Amino acid sequence: MDWMQSLRLAAPEELLSISGLVLLLASAWGQTAKDARAVNWLAVLVLAGAAAMVAPTLCQGIGGEAALAFGGLFSADAFAAFAKLLIFAAAGASLLVAPAFFERHGGYRAEFPVLVLFAVLGMCLMVSSTNLLTLYVGLELNSLAAYVLAAFLKADERSAEAGLKYFVLGALASGILLFGMSLTYGFTGTVSYAGIAAVTNAGLSKGALFGLTFMLAGLAFKISAVPFHMWTPDVYEGAPTPVTTFFASAPKVAALALTIRVTIEAFGGQTAAWQQIVGFAALASIVVGALGAIGQKNIKRLLAYSSINNVGFMLVGLAAASSEGVAAMLVYLAIYVPMTIGGFVAVLMLRDESGHQLEAISDLAGLSSTRPLIALGLGSVMFSMAGIPFFFGFWGKFVVFQAAVAAGLLPLALIAALGSVIGAFYYLKIVKVMYFDEPAGKATGHSDMVHDWLLAVSALFISPLGWLLTKGLGALAAIAAGVLFAAT
Amino acid sequence: MSIGIEHYVVVSSILFVLGVLGIFLNRKNVIIILMAIELILLSVNINLVAFSSFLGDLTGQVFAMFVLTVAAGEAAVGLAILVIYFRDRGTIAVDDVSHMKG
Repeated sequence: MDWMQSLRLAAPEELLSISGLVLLLASAWGQTAKDARAVNWLAVLVLAGAAAMVAPTLCQGIGGEAALAFGGLFSADAFAAFAKLLIFAAAGASLLVAPAFFERHGGYRAEFPVLVLFAVLGMCLMVSSTNLLTLYVGLELNSLAAYVLAAFLKADERSAEAGLKYFVLGALASGILLFGMSLTYGFTGTVSYAGIAAVTNAGLSKGALFGLTFMLAGLAFKISAVPFHMWTPDVYEGAPTPVTTFFASAPKVAALALTIRVTIEAFGGQTAAWQQIVGFAALASIVVGALGAIGQKNIKRLLAYSSINNVGFMLVGLAAASSEGVAAMLVYLAIYVPMTIGGFVAVLMLRDESGHQLEAISDLAGLSSTRPLIALGLGSVMFSMAGIPFFFGFWGKFVVFQAAVAAGLLPLALIAALGSVIGAFYYLKIVKVMYFDEPAGKATGHSDMVHDWLLAVSALFISPLGWLLTKGLGALAAIAAGVLFAAT
Repeated sequence: MSIGIEHYVVVSSILFVLGVLGIFLNRKNVIIILMAIELILLSVNINLVAFSSFLGDLTGQVFAMFVLTVAAGEAAVGLAILVIYFRDRGTIAVDDVSHMKG
């Protein structure tokens, strides 16, 4: 393994870490709002550059030995590239909406884009990991940056509370994950996924099964799957909205991709051992996410439950444990990210006359007459999340169910489909409040151009027009998933 | 009686459970939660080092070094968040943490 070759494979990560450090240094001197905005734009450029470096890997479908770097500790394959592109897009969108929000809440600081860059670096390591050690370092790099981001609005009580809760439960999750990793190491004698697969293919010892279960519990925390979802609504409500936009999109992609890697690459020979756990988490997430959202009065909390619900559908694809299932998950993720970003950008655009954020669902009443464009954007997000044909969200659910049925999991797919009907109730309720209720006339503040554009782009993507992309998206997801399965 | 690997695993499992209980049963203050988190990470370290020694494989010890380093960073970030929280609320009692519900 050539050192230069390794450096070349990890080039996007190097770009992120070096520019992160340089921008951190720059932000130590540049304390004015103008500097912070400049750092923000540079960070967006860095993300775009990293995305440009990653894209060819996906298109060429690189995988296996050719993608391994640093003695097999890191894999820059097409699967990682797919996840990284989504992560970069999500992080870039969150950075674009951040400055305006923080300037209304006591000033933007350049630390924000720097922290986002480091979190993104951690996520890149997570999705590229081929080894428990890389997994752990990437996960912690992401988490430590995320805890600080949640508590970023220092003067806001809710933000500090969100940071504290996220920290305590996130650290607990890391601990559980780590305990599982130590057991897996002890009972298989190796920390590389390939090595674990080689040992467990011959048979799963009790200790390794314990290790696998603990690891899945820790990962379930990170993707906020039921029964480890309880932190999600509080953190999503309390964290500043641009941070919530980030949390709901990028780390979800990273943690799900990581879960796929661990289950398929390390424990791919012992599907039966984790299929039931994943299937249970999927159904529980769908049901709890749908039921929990019904009584919510705060739109950010509602979107938090909706993200739990969406994770459930993605896990249905994982439970299929097939190449089609993983490809379906990736398609779902690619649709989920713009859906979530559109939803939170619309929430960010809801402001009253004096510029205060509106978060209560009752404030949305009659939005169609006061702010028709926001209502249209948010409405299309809601229709898409509910999986109403022919919005693009429906396609995501459809491919996931298709994969589950093909893998012989018909009952799972049926219950999940029923769960999506419960979910449709509260999504459509939002549409009803916006279009048919007496106008509350609160959301009157004007919005920035960046927000308008982001909402327009994501709304177009998830609208029925998105169906034009199904073929290309499906092909890319199939390449990415194929790489993973060729390796095992 | 000779000390085998199972003794180490039992000790580390007990410490792990104590750490988890310390987070959930503790009603006093958040500092205790931070201590419980350290306990969890250290129980993992015992596991890693014991397995490493019994397998005759260095990876576990290297892993333990990484865990120690990250634990230090985690404690620093946790205390920083706790300081911000205390400035806003004037208390770090666990019972007073939840203002958001639902």
